[in-house]
Amino acid sequence: MTRYVLGRLLAAIPTIFLIITISFFLIRIAPGGPFDLERPLEAKVMENLNKIYNLDKPLWEQYLLYLKSIVQLDFGPSFYFRDFSINELFAESLPISIQLGLSALCLALVVGGMLGVAAALRQNKPADYSIMAAATLGVTIPNFVVAPILTLLLGVWLGWLPVGGWGNGAFINKILPVITLALPQIAVVARLTRGSMIEALRSNHVRTARAYGLTSYMVVIVHALRGAILPVVSYLGPAAAALLTGSVVIETIFGIPGIGRYFVQGALNRDYTLVMGTVVVVACFVIIFNLVVDLLYALLDPRVRYD
Amino acid sequence: MSVTTQDISVVPTRGRSLWDDARDRLLANKAAVGSMIVLAVISVLSVIGPMLSPHEFDKVYRDYVKVPASLTAYPLPEQVQPAFESVVKRARLTIEGYERNGDVVSARISSKKEIDPRSTRYFDRSDLFKNAELVDFAADKKSAVIKADINYLHFYFGTDANGRDMMTRTFIAGRVSLTIGLLATAVAISIGVLYGATSGYLGGRVDQMMMRVVDILYSLPFIFFVIMLVVFFGRNFVLMFIAVGAVEWLDMARIVRGQTLSIKRQEYVQAAEAMGVSDGGIVRRHIIPNTLGPVVVYMTLLVPKVILLESFLSFLGLGVQEPMTSWGVLISEGARNLQGAGWMLIFPSIFLTSTLFALNFIGDGLRDALDPKDR
Amino acid sequence: METKKTVLDIQGLKVNFDTPTGVVEAVRGVDIHVKAGETVAIVGESGSGKSQTMMAAMGLLASNGRTDGVVDYEGRNILGLSIRELNKVRGKKITMIFQEPMTSLDPLYTIGRQLAEPMVVHGGLSWKAAMAKALDLLKLVNIPEPERKINAYPYEMSGGQRQRVMIAMALANDPDVLIADEPTTALDVTTQAQILDLLADLQKRLGMAVIFITHDLGIVRQISDRVYVMKTGEVVESGKTAEIFTNPQHPYTRMLLDAEPTGSKAPVPDSAKPLLEVQKVNVEFVLDPGFLKPAHILRAVDDVSLFLRKGQTLGIVGESGSGKSTLGRAVLNLLPATGRVVYNGELITGKTRAQMQKLRRNMQLVFQDPFGSLSPRLTVGQIISEGLLVHEPSLTAKDRDDRACQALEEVSLDPSVRNRYPHEFSGGQRQRIAIARTMVLKPELVVLDEPTSALDRTIQKQIVELLRELQSAHGLTYLFISHDLAVVRAIADTVMVMKTGKVIEAGPTEDIFQNPQNAYTKKLIGAAMFTQNQLKASA
Repeated sequence: MTRYVLGRLLAAIPTIFLIITISFFLIRIAPGGPFDLERPLEAKVMENLNKIYNLDKPLWEQYLLYLKSIVQLDFGPSFYFRDFSINELFAESLPISIQLGLSALCLALVVGGMLGVAAALRQNKPADYSIMAAATLGVTIPNFVVAPILTLLLGVWLGWLPVGGWGNGAFINKILPVITLALPQIAVVARLTRGSMIEALRSNHVRTARAYGLTSYMVVIVHALRGAILPVVSYLGPAAAALLTGSVVIETIFGIPGIGRYFVQGALNRDYTLVMGTVVVVACFVIIFNLVVDLLYALLDPRVRYD
Repeated sequence: MSVTTQDISVVPTRGRSLWDDARDRLLANKAAVGSMIVLAVISVLSVIGPMLSPHEFDKVYRDYVKVPASLTAYPLPEQVQPAFESVVKRARLTIEGYERNGDVVSARISSKKEIDPRSTRYFDRSDLFKNAELVDFAADKKSAVIKADINYLHFYFGTDANGRDMMTRTFIAGRVSLTIGLLATAVAISIGVLYGATSGYLGGRVDQMMMRVVDILYSLPFIFFVIMLVVFFGRNFVLMFIAVGAVEWLDMARIVRGQTLSIKRQEYVQAAEAMGVSDGGIVRRHIIPNTLGPVVVYMTLLVPKVILLESFLSFLGLGVQEPMTSWGVLISEGARNLQGAGWMLIFPSIFLTSTLFALNFIGDGLRDALDPKDR
Repeated sequence: METKKTVLDIQGLKVNFDTPTGVVEAVRGVDIHVKAGETVAIVGESGSGKSQTMMAAMGLLASNGRTDGVVDYEGRNILGLSIRELNKVRGKKITMIFQEPMTSLDPLYTIGRQLAEPMVVHGGLSWKAAMAKALDLLKLVNIPEPERKINAYPYEMSGGQRQRVMIAMALANDPDVLIADEPTTALDVTTQAQILDLLADLQKRLGMAVIFITHDLGIVRQISDRVYVMKTGEVVESGKTAEIFTNPQHPYTRMLLDAEPTGSKAPVPDSAKPLLEVQKVNVEFVLDPGFLKPAHILRAVDDVSLFLRKGQTLGIVGESGSGKSTLGRAVLNLLPATGRVVYNGELITGKTRAQMQKLRRNMQLVFQDPFGSLSPRLTVGQIISEGLLVHEPSLTAKDRDDRACQALEEVSLDPSVRNRYPHEFSGGQRQRIAIARTMVLKPELVVLDEPTSALDRTIQKQIVELLRELQSAHGLTYLFISHDLAVVRAIADTVMVMKTGKVIEAGPTEDIFQNPQNAYTKKLIGAAMFTQNQLKASA
């Protein structure tokens, strides 16, 4: 078990290395630089800035310097937010993004799972059709459409919820962003659960459970759902990635100071270190999350062993 | 069905292929058929709508900024007089009496100087009037009667913040979004099918290497790469769908590989091998026809994904550039103007959502129709 | 015999399924009853509605199924009871064993927990007490190392063991009626015999009534007191087992009884030319070849030699995993093997695909699964004539069509069906198509890999007869791979018994069957022939 985890983490190193390398050179070969403002800076100032940020060195040397600092978990200074290091920016923004993402993920699992089971138990009945139509709607309406509409409805017209901002993590500020972020995932989880649940309910071992007169609760929850939940668990990895993507939009719309928003700003401002840092952090997050998902899977399914 | 040896007929009976069955099942699926109609309507509107529309998609009507969607023509009756008066003022003329006669507006105007006959241009330049002419000049040419036709215009979807017709823009946006959807899907499918089929067919070590590459690529935060690409290399239409296509091929590669592997293990492929059929024959007659189903289904489901991704980028301001537009761009503008100009969000959203909805239903319908499980 | 009271009485049971293409009548008014302590067999071929009858009685139909009639258990109609009421009976008083031992247990829970569950639910036992009883039950059904196996998961057990667990589960609450739905069909013959023995023994000791659903008349004869013969949803004949076997009334029953392949093959003179010589063939599989990981090697075929003259049939028998199919493919050079295979004086081992191509038309292969071996998107005509495209490329489309028609006639199918697709045919017809595909090339050697195993007995007999006719008409040489000894006995000159990749025993068919030397062969033949001898004795 420990060996497996260590092995997976070691195997992730080349992946992360690849990500760093690709993004580093992709950013650098692109036209434009962090200090190309609309009003050009004086040559002297420019030179100083370049010196401070090591931009005057050859590219490969900058690359090695960056690798070296990454190994020490130092993402370097921000090019745009001059007074901050990337580590400081992330210390503030990462917890917010994680909180947002995890809340949405839990919401999606609970609500989506329940809807999916309910639909599967009433397969091809009106309740099933309406849940599935709602789920398709949830998948198809982009969250950048849902967000403004909900804001207008609940925030502006009814005035129940704040229109935006993080409010230092006040519960009421989180409601709208979490719901909007979770909606498409609720829909996906519901569809997934319904499909695998229908399959599970038809499976031979559930037939055995029914033939042996077990209560409906035991048939549905103990025997059918535990097997049916496995594909949903496998989906958690992609779901986390989707939530990260979604949070870029959500954080922008609701003005939440998470790392998704920094990424867009960073890219637009050519803030090299900020963009690099975001990519690396996000990649690490996805890798670790996938590992957790695999371990969770092994916990649920005795046929899978990681020795 | 019964097969007897007695009446051997030379004329063969026509069989029903699995494709026939699938088509019938698909056509029996009301949601899928309805979706196909919706999609067809939207596609036709997007392709020929802009040609039929009286407005150019980039024509700016300065007098009609953010007018609400309406079935009645603009200008509204109460708009005519104020607008007329303001034009007269702009022409530095004084108005003395205003008269409206059906679609013709006339007024006696005067000026301290001689009235320049070219002042009619002020009226023609306005979006509300056309065919302005000066008649009945007084002897000193300091007063005259100006006559102008009211220029009726329809803005069924309203106009945007620049006074452009939303309907034409929505249609044009549809063209762009659907094109990106189709092209990027084509890119993704081509790469995915080629890669997946190669990996699956070759098998063994090569397969493992190729799939390892896919695994690594899976853990890359691709959306971020796409954003980086578009930000750093400019908002380029071609780059856009190449980027999107390059991201989305991974799933396709996995599906095709799995399918190829499982078909390769099927006994009918082994039977063909035992008969000495060449690799090419096996791929052509056995593997491709049997992989086609899942590919078609995935393709139908990929188009909405790509359209969504494009609108996502457009929403972040990284999509196609003005005056060109896409649904994502329109929705992004609409979201900013939601208060007070809801139609700017609603119409493109309806088009985008119905397209995505229809494509998803068609994809689901195709999957049900092609699914070997209920065979 | 004293008259015992009837425990389960099914009267006028009907089962309909609503399908998109209309209502399917699976069971059309069936009357079946079983008395205490009695064993009743329901026999029928696939699609006869025998399983659906009992599924319906237990309330286990798929959601599109509808039932009508009476299922009387202790004076109460249990058909149409609420789930809650029904659950007081099923799993407690009436229990069931299913055909699919590999999937009938929940893969995610331990054996012990699944055994204990019905006892906790019905018997009101605590989990601890139920687990203790589960251990006793595992001992009762002769599971080796019960203390360890109680904590094992289903995937860690063999099919036979899982079926024993199912039996233990069925016995947990001292049922009045045990319904066994083809419990041995998915098992190897030797395991089959053990499970049947176990069931018979347990019934004797515990005295419950058993309803045994099967397609295998040998089993019926062996274990049942009374028989119901079902065909297309109806009981066509019923009565005491001995009477049905000695004096069948209904033509269908007679056909079933007569469906056992009979006769033996006329020997081939020693002067016939040698066609195939196989010397010390080995096949190894690399299991689980992980990325840069050490591989585990399995020797599927271990030093096998054989010899065939033109016109001969060699029967290769063995249980699943014995390597018999792999051997068949190795002989055709379809997978890499070491050793020597000489075909018609030509060494074919080590030849590349291209080098083999010329020879392929002379050596053909017929598969077990008639549903998997025909390409689903090609017409029957295309499937049959595919080989001609390769081996006689000079033929015109018209010629190929004619040849396909001839081949179809040869396997007794109407040539007019050649534009239809495989899914429009029944299993037996599909197997005929598969045979036609090989015959169109006029081969010399045909490897038949369990060609009859997926078919009903009556269809099996037809296919065996067809194969014999084709052999005598074209002087074919067969390598007949099967686990079904009755079929092999009827078709083979010589028999080879395989176990774990090795040849255990080989010789002329009747020698092996009459006088097996090896212990395993004896066991195999004992298990298989038991049923056949029973049939013979009664005939």
